[in-house]
Amino acid sequence: MHSTLVIFRRELQSYFATPLAYVFIVIFLLMAGALAFFLGNFFERGQADLQPFFSFHPWLYLVLIPALAMRLWAEERKSGTIELFLTLPISMASAVLGKFLASWAFAGIALLLTFPFWITVNYLGNPDNGVIVASYIGSFLMAGAFLAIGAALSALTKNQVIAFVVTAAVCFLFTVSGSPIVLGFLKSWAPESLLATVASFSFLTHFNAIVRGVIDLRDAVFFLSVIALFLFANTVLVELKKAD
Amino acid sequence: MALVEARDLVKRFGSLTAVDGISFAVDRAEVVGFLGPNGAGKSTAMKIISGFLEPTSGQAYIEGYNSHSQPIEARRRLGYLPEGAPAYSDMSVADFLGFIAGMHGLSKRQANDRLAELVERIGLTEVWNQRIDALSKGFKRRVGIAQALVHDPDVLILDEPTDGLDPNQKHEVRRLISTMPEKAIVISTHILEEVDAVCTRAIVIAGGRVLADSTPGVLAARSRHHNAVRLELAVNGHDPVAALLRLPGVEAVEPIEDIDGSALMIFPREGQSIIAEVTDLIRTARWPVTALRVERGRLDDVFRAITLPSA
Repeated sequence: MHSTLVIFRRELQSYFATPLAYVFIVIFLLMAGALAFFLGNFFERGQADLQPFFSFHPWLYLVLIPALAMRLWAEERKSGTIELFLTLPISMASAVLGKFLASWAFAGIALLLTFPFWITVNYLGNPDNGVIVASYIGSFLMAGAFLAIGAALSALTKNQVIAFVVTAAVCFLFTVSGSPIVLGFLKSWAPESLLATVASFSFLTHFNAIVRGVIDLRDAVFFLSVIALFLFANTVLVELKKAD
Repeated sequence: MALVEARDLVKRFGSLTAVDGISFAVDRAEVVGFLGPNGAGKSTAMKIISGFLEPTSGQAYIEGYNSHSQPIEARRRLGYLPEGAPAYSDMSVADFLGFIAGMHGLSKRQANDRLAELVERIGLTEVWNQRIDALSKGFKRRVGIAQALVHDPDVLILDEPTDGLDPNQKHEVRRLISTMPEKAIVISTHILEEVDAVCTRAIVIAGGRVLADSTPGVLAARSRHHNAVRLELAVNGHDPVAALLRLPGVEAVEPIEDIDGSALMIFPREGQSIIAEVTDLIRTARWPVTALRVERGRLDDVFRAITLPSA
């Protein structure tokens, strides 16, 4: 749709209009590198793959991605431009989609800029590039899931800081929902089926499977479903809170 | 078919009723002023008509399209300036208007042509490439009005377009509005002189209801001051008041002190013209008159009388 593209372009341009874009990209790249080389023992392992690089992505995203999403709707509501925006001849769906895709594209750009790691590992050894491609795609999808959550939550408040913190918290729950932190809370009273369901929401479980080279379509479907669900929630929340 | 129509609009926010049954219609070539105190429901009514808010009940139409159930068609035909003229402050004027043009479905070529025209007409040439957050309030308003005009809609709804502008800027905006006689324009304001200057019709809203709907002239005629005569005499020693009160058309005589000095205000019965009988009396009594003026009805009197609950 034409209007989705117009919104997409505006929002993406807007990221680059402030230092946000550059600060984010630099910090993302520095942290990704630092985590991979130092915490991940990239060299000491002696294996030609990018697992130590990718395995930190969920945690990296947890801290940085809410910063991309927090402004999507909170800023519009705070500055009053939401009234201008939502009285233009566009559907809510294209508005939500346009903004989300812009943030996802930006995250994609940041991810693409990590290509030196890929070159490095190919120079040093003989990695399975198919797994690396799959890992990049998996990481991109997971970033999308985090962003969709963040976009929906940014419609709840005018305060970007609140949006950031709540998004980080919710994303954290999703990330670790397969681990004792979340399951332990439920174990005492929830039926087994509920436990299994909650565990299946875990971003870590799905992402780690992809990174280890197990390329299962169901993991991609999982992330896409999370995105779809939260984009829908986004349209509902914007409609609900626009007048406040 | 009226270009803008509101039918029994009602809007409640929880226990607060902001709009309580507003109905009116606006045709081409009309400039309607929504007049009312703050909190009267003017902005809320406009937000419903523009499709931003859903009414609790009632319908609003732009060129026959329902704002709520046919939002895209309705908004295509509407240029809306929200209160405070919000705009994306991190964009330049050119980029922002280009964005709005794109959102209205204009092609690159159409947008360029249209914007070139608007730049001239609205006077944005000197700030064309500046960021919106660097502009003065007057220019931000102009950008807001430009944004509403990009797609040349037949209907304009402007929420307090001159609020906070200096007299020159106000004049500019009003002049601009008067250059668009082919459109149906609704302006909300609480600046009464604006209603006189620009509007062909005034709708007074208070407490979420329409309290009056007529031309500024007719409204002004409801004022106590309509056709009153202001009389200044040179020296004291006469007692004009008693003589004036004996005139058949005179309702009351009050001494007044205003910026022009001290004088007598002679109020007519039921707004009828009394200047003839007053001048006759002056001539007969040979009073030394230094100033004599027939007053126009004062909209602020009428406004206050209509919108304040009666004592």
